[in-house]
Amino acid sequence: MNHESVTSMFGTGAQGAAGKRETDHSPGAVVHSWITTVDHKRLGIMYILYAFLFLMIGGIEAMLIRLQLAVPDNHLVGPETFNRLFTMHGTTMIFLVAMPFVFGFGNYLIPLMIGARDLAFPRLNAFGFWLTVFGGFLLYYSVIGGEGMTGAGSAPDVGWFAYSPLTARAFSKGHSTDYWILGILVGGFGSIATAVNLLTSIVCLRCPGMTLMKMPLLAWLYLVVSGMVLLAISPLTAAQIMLLLDRYLGSHFFDVQAGGSAVLWMHFFWIFGHPEVYILVLPAFAFASEIIPVFSRKAIFGYPAMVAATVAIGFVSVSVWAHHMFAVGLSSTSNIFFAVSTMLVAVPTGIKIFNWIGTMWGGRIRYATPMLFSLGFLIQFLLAGLTGIMLSAAPFDWQLTDSYFVVAHFHYVIVGGIIFMIFAAIYYWFPKATGRMLSERLGRWHFALFLIGFHLTFDTMHVPGILGMPRRIYTYGADRGWGTLNFICTIGAVFQAAGILVFFFNLIRSLRCGRVAGNDPWDAWTLEWSTSSPPPEYNFSRVPRVNSRRPLWDLKHPDDPDSNYE
Amino acid sequence: MPVAAPLSESGNERHPAMDRGRVGMACLIIAESAIFTIFVVAYIFYLGRSLSGPQPRDVLEAPILNSICLLSSSATISLAIRSLRKDRRKAFAGWLAATIALGIEFLAGTGREWSYLIREKGLTISTNLFGTTFYSLVGLHASHVVVGLILLMIVFVFAACGIIQREHADRIDVIALYWHFVDFIWVVVFTVVYLVGR
Repeated sequence: MNHESVTSMFGTGAQGAAGKRETDHSPGAVVHSWITTVDHKRLGIMYILYAFLFLMIGGIEAMLIRLQLAVPDNHLVGPETFNRLFTMHGTTMIFLVAMPFVFGFGNYLIPLMIGARDLAFPRLNAFGFWLTVFGGFLLYYSVIGGEGMTGAGSAPDVGWFAYSPLTARAFSKGHSTDYWILGILVGGFGSIATAVNLLTSIVCLRCPGMTLMKMPLLAWLYLVVSGMVLLAISPLTAAQIMLLLDRYLGSHFFDVQAGGSAVLWMHFFWIFGHPEVYILVLPAFAFASEIIPVFSRKAIFGYPAMVAATVAIGFVSVSVWAHHMFAVGLSSTSNIFFAVSTMLVAVPTGIKIFNWIGTMWGGRIRYATPMLFSLGFLIQFLLAGLTGIMLSAAPFDWQLTDSYFVVAHFHYVIVGGIIFMIFAAIYYWFPKATGRMLSERLGRWHFALFLIGFHLTFDTMHVPGILGMPRRIYTYGADRGWGTLNFICTIGAVFQAAGILVFFFNLIRSLRCGRVAGNDPWDAWTLEWSTSSPPPEYNFSRVPRVNSRRPLWDLKHPDDPDSNYE
Repeated sequence: MPVAAPLSESGNERHPAMDRGRVGMACLIIAESAIFTIFVVAYIFYLGRSLSGPQPRDVLEAPILNSICLLSSSATISLAIRSLRKDRRKAFAGWLAATIALGIEFLAGTGREWSYLIREKGLTISTNLFGTTFYSLVGLHASHVVVGLILLMIVFVFAACGIIQREHADRIDVIALYWHFVDFIWVVVFTVVYLVGR
């Protein structure tokens, strides 16, 4: 049975109908239709475009930071500007890039993968997106509005975790910190709305036959991620409300002089901050769990163990936050507790890494671009996890806390793990969303440049940390001996930027003249590949019924369906 | 061989217990609980740490009548929905009005308490840590009561216009779920602020 006829069975015969309905193609009508849309696919694409926009902005901030640190005693930007740069870089990359990527893919993929026509609450979905957009723009409005109407503008400069008492009125004058609070607060409401939506959709809208244990792993991971968003973003929201009360109504939550506690802010922030890392990395796991099997031509190894490990990570990750605070001087009992619980995360994560390797083992691996990025992710995430275990030992952390070793560690997680998998996911699902393939040749250039740049920057960055270079200093003396290492880091950043430019060029070029993808270019197995590319507004004209975790495998191989083995 | 099922409106919703409105509200309640947990933790953490007076035991009176009002409004809204399911729409509107009245009385009680504390006892949010944590925790709860009341009033306006039908009971059930949550939070706040914290 050939694949086109297979997919047209689930598929829609919808290309014609979808095309005819939109006759008005004037720019105004197109913009209007995108702004008023409640379609999960369009909102998903807009989330991702929004993330691209801020990836550029956050990337430029990172380049400025790297240029400033390239040589000792540099005065390219002053100390105040440097503080604003690292604050905005961190805040942007976490809240305006990584989170929108996560929700963008969740929005786009979840209904298609569970065989639904949209999310459970389409209008809430649009609401969440526009709140997120508003939050991001509010944050960046601080650049012109941060010191009020009369003064020159200023961006927030309190660091992305905004430790108290630096955020108190007395030490943070003007409105820049308020924009930081309000921007993230508003975006947080959007995140909670989207998480409610994704969770409800996965629980309520699965197509007939799709029991929980027959869901694609991506749906399982997003189920856990959404639950974690509900539990983790809310504490940040609460703490930010307290901070606003402190700044505007004169309350004393974090006011040490009135008996308040600066450490309480740290606790509240990291109760959000650490689960946030897993909120970002679990979707990366989700993409890996979909992409690695397809490009290894094997079903995922150990599906139940993967599910159990995901849920375990979800539970453990909410009890590890104080490993960000070993240097504060907690009691040794709590140090031991948080060190042990942090090390414990390595167990389910290790299970996942073994299962991905087990999936590849003996498979016929196709080294297409999505798989290349996935392999990069696998190795880099392992290394990032290993430095994570080093830092989870409290005495080791005391030595290296707030040094460039920590900076290198978490960039290894976020860039080497999460960003690599986001690129893999874009190469993998771009054909579905647009109907055209991304260029493999440019994809390989992107991968090579970005890989080289990543390792030049972040492998090297561990060393100045061990040599004692603290984070967040705007310059350093030539006699410290950190100059060469920092220069190598900056060269790596240039390579990464070049890779990103190749990527954007690839996106634009392939959108216009890429090879036509067809419904199922990767010969994949999950439901999104059964409908047309791009899918019609209603996804499936007939709600599919599934019997296994790989419904398209069953269709393509009716003589040997998966349901015999699950 | 998998068979594609024809699409019907109910095709995606096969579990009546897993109504999407209820699941969505349950998710929202989880998120809200996390917000309240942080405020409750802050309240408990700062108990007795105020550097100056007044202290809770000097000024707080347990609002028993108020609490009875709010908790009984949980019962009235259940009765309202039960009436609607039996298609007794007048009774529905009556119980709904009673729920709204009880909620408003609760808010008015909170207003009286705050007015007393601010004017007679000189306790504001910036007086000391007790004022900070008390007004923010009780105020957070009161703001949720306000949201719940707005929702209930919208339903009441619809009911008064005769728009609400029997088949809307499930949707109003979702609002009721929120209202029960607000009441439950009051039990926690009451225990922490007026029983343990005093």
